[in-house]
Amino acid sequence: MTLGAPLFWLAVFFLAPLAIVWAYSFGENDGLVRISLTGTFQNYVRALEPLYLQIFAKSAFIAALTTLLCLVLGFPFAVAVTFAPRRLKVWLLLLVMLPFWTNLLIRTYALIAVLREEGVVNAGLEFLWSAGSALSQGLGFGPLDEFKPLSLLYNNTAVVIGLVYIHLPFMVLPLYAALDRLDRSLLEASLDLGAGHARTWLFIIVPLAAPGILSGSLLTFIPALGAYLTPDLLGGPDSQMIANIIERQFKRANNWPFGAALSFILMYATFIAIALQALASGRRPKETP
Amino acid sequence: MSSGFGPKGTRRSLLAGLGVSAIGLTFSGSLAGCSPSADPADGAAAAGGEEAKLNFYNWDTYIGETTLADFKAASGVEVNMSLFANNDELFAKLRAGNPGYDVIVPSNEFVARMIEAGMLQAIDRTKIPNFSNIDPAFQDVDFDPGRVYSMPYTWLALGIGYRKSKVKGVPDSWKHIFDSAEYSGRIALLGESADLVRLCARYLGNSVRNIPAELLPRIEQMLIAQKPHVKAFHDDNGQELLLNGEADLVLEYNGDIAQVMRDDPDLDFVIPKEGSLLNADCLCIPVGAPHPENAHKFINYVLDAKAGAAISSTILYPTPNAAAKALMPEEYRSSPVVFPSPEALATCEYGAFEGAEVSQTFEDLITRVRAS
Repeated sequence: MTLGAPLFWLAVFFLAPLAIVWAYSFGENDGLVRISLTGTFQNYVRALEPLYLQIFAKSAFIAALTTLLCLVLGFPFAVAVTFAPRRLKVWLLLLVMLPFWTNLLIRTYALIAVLREEGVVNAGLEFLWSAGSALSQGLGFGPLDEFKPLSLLYNNTAVVIGLVYIHLPFMVLPLYAALDRLDRSLLEASLDLGAGHARTWLFIIVPLAAPGILSGSLLTFIPALGAYLTPDLLGGPDSQMIANIIERQFKRANNWPFGAALSFILMYATFIAIALQALASGRRPKETP
Repeated sequence: MSSGFGPKGTRRSLLAGLGVSAIGLTFSGSLAGCSPSADPADGAAAAGGEEAKLNFYNWDTYIGETTLADFKAASGVEVNMSLFANNDELFAKLRAGNPGYDVIVPSNEFVARMIEAGMLQAIDRTKIPNFSNIDPAFQDVDFDPGRVYSMPYTWLALGIGYRKSKVKGVPDSWKHIFDSAEYSGRIALLGESADLVRLCARYLGNSVRNIPAELLPRIEQMLIAQKPHVKAFHDDNGQELLLNGEADLVLEYNGDIAQVMRDDPDLDFVIPKEGSLLNADCLCIPVGAPHPENAHKFINYVLDAKAGAAISSTILYPTPNAAAKALMPEEYRSSPVVFPSPEALATCEYGAFEGAEVSQTFEDLITRVRAS
C-alpha cells in the first residue's frame, strides 16, 4: 500500500514517457509530424556511424577529464573539511553547497561574465598589465605592447572549466561522507609506526576513501556525459557534445526517431557505468576480508 | 489548461529570454501536447463570448514595449506572451498538438512547413480589415499563396554585422567569414544549418534554393577549413557577441544589428555583394487555438498603422506595413541597415522548404563540420 504512490509516480512520469521515447527509437518519420513505429533498427545503425561514435567518445573524454579534475580538486578539500574544527566544518560545507543551490543557468551566465574578453579575468589582467606598463615606463624601458585579452570563452577548455565548477559538489560530498567515517586512530597508527605523510595519504586515506571516490566519480561522470547547457553556452565551434546532437535531432533536424536512438545509447552507456560501479563495490569486501 | 498556463509561460519566457532552449523544455512542451490538452471545444464555443485572454508565442525582443498593454486597453483582452528562441523550437512544441497558443510567429519556411503539416488555421480576412495597410509587395507570397494562413509581421535579411574600428573597410563579401583567415578568431556564425549551407552556396555563385548535391561536399570542405578561424556558432545572439567585443564579424539579421547600433556607433551592418537570404516572419493562428476570436482581433490590432509603428520603433526590423512605415521617423525609413538599398535587395532571395530530407542533409553536413 505504501509503495502505491511512488510506484504510480514512477510509472506515469518516468517509465511511460521513457517507453514512448524508446518506441520512437524504432520508428521512422512519416511526413512532418507523424512517426510510424516500424520496428526498424536503422536509427541505431546510424547512431553507430563513426561520426556519432566519435562524438560519443569525445563526450566521454570530456566527462572523464571533468571527473578527474573534480577528484584532484575535491579530494584535498574533502580532507580539509573532515579535519577542520566543527564550527569551521559547517562553513566549509556551506561553501560547497551554496553554489549548488543556485540555478545552473545563472551560474553558467556568471561564468560567461567572468571569462569573456571584457570579463572579470581579462579586466584584472589588463589592470595588472597597465600597471606593469607604467612601471616599465617609469624605469625607462618604455611602455609595454598593447594588452591583448585572452580568449577564455567559447572553446573546449571553457567547457571543462564550466563542468568542473558545476560538478564539484557531486564529488566533494560523497568524498566527505566517506572520509568522515574514517577511523582516525588508523592514521595515528600509521604515523606512529614510521610511515611519512605521503605514505599515509597514499596507502591509508585513499584506500579507505575508495567507496567515496567511486560514488563521487560516478555522480560526476554521468551528468557530465550528458551535459547540454555547458557546451552549448561556453563551447566553441567544435565543442558539441552528444546531448547537443540529440537536441538538434529533436529540434532543428525534426528527426525524433534518430534523436531517441541517440538518447537511448547514452542511457545504455550510463547503465553500463552504474553496473561497473556495482560490480566494483561488490568485489571489494572479498579482497579485504 | 488555461489556469496552469500562466506560471508555466513565465518560467519559459525567463529561460528563453536568457537565450536558452534546453531540451527539457522541448520535452515538457511535447509531453503536454501528447495529452489532448488543446481543447477544440473551447474554440467552437468562443464565437459568442470568449474569455478575455490570448496566448501569444513570440520571439524575444520582438514586440513593442507597450503593445500588449495597449491592446488590453483597447480590447480588454489580456495577452500572455511566451518566448521561443528559434523556429525549430516553435515547431517542436506544436508538432504533437497545440499546447494552447493562439498566435504564433513562424518564418516563411516554417509557415510552408506548418501548412503542409496541417498545423495552421485559415485566417478569416473579413476580421482583419487592417490587411489593407500592408505593402502590396507582401500581400501575396509564394510560401503562402493568397495569404490564407499567415499575415505579414516583419521581414529581415541576413548579413554581416561588424565593428568598424576592427575591420579594414567594409567586409562586403561572404569571403570574410566563410573562406578567409583574415579575421581569424574574430568571427561568429549563426548556428542554423540551413542558413549556413545556403549562404555558402550563394557565396559559391548558386541560388539559395535547389542547391545541387555535388556542391555540398565543397561547402563542407570550405566550412571545415574555416572552422579554426570561427570563434563560436551563436544562437541568434550575434549582436551581443559583437557588442561585448567577443567577436568583430557576426552573421546576423539586420534588425538585431540595428538594435545594438543604437548603443554603439562603432557597429555597422552590410549585405555582402554576392547576395543574401531574406526571411519573413508572419502572424499565424495554430490549429486548436483556444481563443481564435481574440487571435483575429490581436492580429488586426498589430497590423494597425499606429500600433505597427510603435512595434517597429522598438524592434527596428523592416516592416511590411506601408501605413505604419509612413508614421515612422525619417531616421528609420532611410536607414540603410533596416531597409537595405534596392540594389542590395535585388541580390537577395527567400529560402524555401524543400522537404524533410533536404533539411536532414543540411543538418548532417553541419554536424560533420562541427565534429571534424
